[in-house]
Amino acid sequence: MRRIRRAHVLLAALAAALCVPASGVSSDSSSPSMITKVGKLEGTLNLIAWEGYTYKQWVTPFVKKTGCKVHSKFGGSSDEMVTLMRTGQYDAVSASGDASLRLILGKDVRPINPSLVPDYKNFIPALKSPSHNTVKGVHYGISLQWGPNTLLYNTKKVKPAPNSWSVLYSSKYKGKVTVPDNAIQIADAALYLSKSKPSLGITDPYELNDTQFKAAVALLKKQRPLVKKYWLTAGDEIDLFKNGGAVVGASWPYQTNTLQAAKAPVKDLIPREGATGWADTWMISSKAKHPNCAVSWIKWVSTPKVQAQQAIYFGETPANTKACKIMDQLSKGSCAQYHANASTAYFNSIKFWKTPVKDCGNGKSNCMDYTKWQAAWTDIKS
Amino acid sequence: MRAVALLLPPLGWMLVFYLAALAVLFVSAFWSVDSFTGKLTHVWTWTNFDTIIHDPTYRQIAWRTIWMAALVTLTDALIAFPFAYYMARVATPRLRTLLFVLVLLPLFSSYLARIYAWRLILNQDGALNWSLAKIGLPQQDWAFTSTAMWIVFSYIWLPFMILPIYAALERIPDSYLEASRDLGARNWTTFRRVIVPLALPGIAAGSIFTFSLTLGDYITPSLVGNVDFIGNVIYRNVLGLTNNLPFSAAYATVPLIVMAIYLALAKRVGAFEAL
Repeated sequence: MRRIRRAHVLLAALAAALCVPASGVSSDSSSPSMITKVGKLEGTLNLIAWEGYTYKQWVTPFVKKTGCKVHSKFGGSSDEMVTLMRTGQYDAVSASGDASLRLILGKDVRPINPSLVPDYKNFIPALKSPSHNTVKGVHYGISLQWGPNTLLYNTKKVKPAPNSWSVLYSSKYKGKVTVPDNAIQIADAALYLSKSKPSLGITDPYELNDTQFKAAVALLKKQRPLVKKYWLTAGDEIDLFKNGGAVVGASWPYQTNTLQAAKAPVKDLIPREGATGWADTWMISSKAKHPNCAVSWIKWVSTPKVQAQQAIYFGETPANTKACKIMDQLSKGSCAQYHANASTAYFNSIKFWKTPVKDCGNGKSNCMDYTKWQAAWTDIKS
Repeated sequence: MRAVALLLPPLGWMLVFYLAALAVLFVSAFWSVDSFTGKLTHVWTWTNFDTIIHDPTYRQIAWRTIWMAALVTLTDALIAFPFAYYMARVATPRLRTLLFVLVLLPLFSSYLARIYAWRLILNQDGALNWSLAKIGLPQQDWAFTSTAMWIVFSYIWLPFMILPIYAALERIPDSYLEASRDLGARNWTTFRRVIVPLALPGIAAGSIFTFSLTLGDYITPSLVGNVDFIGNVIYRNVLGLTNNLPFSAAYATVPLIVMAIYLALAKRVGAFEAL
């Protein structure tokens, strides 16, 4: 037998390697057209959703009603969702504010006429045409739910009750602080600095120039030794509060609800500086094979009942104002608990997640983009 | 001809799934990502390697990972040697079987379940602090520290160190030890000059496992620690919002190079004969 030469193996491997990425590249420059009517239902619907957004409680009645069989794939992160949408195999996605603009600019999603969704008129005004899903008056999706990133604390250990994010940056609770392990956390520091150090001139925590960015990173580096654990999942934080590892931290309403249900002495609030938050939108792919089922789905999840069910299941706030009454019927006091009846002022106090970009609207295109945020976060944690 | 036909499927598998994957990894390490659209830019650049070499953050994370891998390897070797020695040369056959079962049993349970169990033990209000309080000792505060990572890593990789050392010790013929004694060596001298040198390939083989497994793990640091390892940085760059695959690929070459050096050293002390 002839010996296989090492050079041959390397050459073959290299050739194989170079073939793979080239096949994934395609380009499409034409703008997708707007959806203005619902035609014949296709019988199938392929969704990309956050876990918990396609629960059988409201999916089963939808399938029964429309005959559209729902196949859903859970996206682990906004970026995974963007990547999956670009494959063109899915009809719709529940995109968060840090993914939606990228999908719009990448021409991956189709505009939709909101009058197709009857419940749209009952949405809170701020979520009818928010800047994360509406560009130049064109709607690229229909808002779904939203929620704040809150300050969570142990009522027995943290006294007096905090009313400022400063509690997460002061050494009083050294080794008892927990914050999310996520680069978007830099925005929380920037939000705090916008109030505590007005001289920096921070107006939007996602649009930071070099000086502002460095100040936020320096604050987080100072916070580093105070942090017991950067939490990865909601369950991590729940554990920390249950077993006394942490007494104060940045959180979601979901953790508060779970801990309070387990009789843990905790409370959450939106501190006086305001808070960051997320807002999700259902968007239809520009390559959707089942657009009519997708529109039907969006109509369905916008109805008060489904909005209420999902709000309680996931622990977030519905876009539909009519959901409040049903939430209280399903679980007493849940409407107020999830702020579904809160004022516009409450909504406005929240700075919703969006992708930090270089060209951030100040005309100078000198903002730090998300790659810089990610690198800085690794640096802060190290 | 038949030999070629028989070898072709495994060789082809190796080529396509292993070497080609490595080649893709290496080639893509020289690309970059458009920060907004998240699409790959196929232009050759040294930027990723430049960042890894010159940015103190990534150097620090790499050193931390290597240092922990070395510490865990040393700890496991120190714990595993007496245990394996007892198993191979002292225990009765029945006891030996029992010890084997005890060493292997944890490997049948989920790795995640074992890490979470350690979290329950090390927590502020966990089993360890509870026990310490009962016997009047001061409380520990190890949860989510490097100490916790060191304990958990040393625990989960211990069987991978015990087994090769056991195999090496068991292979030492009794006649060698008798000869040593006949020549006037005391127990300690026999241990130092006969047993340890003959067990060395086994220790080296075990250390390949403990070292490489620690080097590549990112779940233990994220669950029981509070700092990044090489794997965590790669994970965040792959699944995080930036989806910076080229940088991940470049950083992934660091443990590959470290392992290549390690394997070369291990080969010199005969680790591959002991596997």
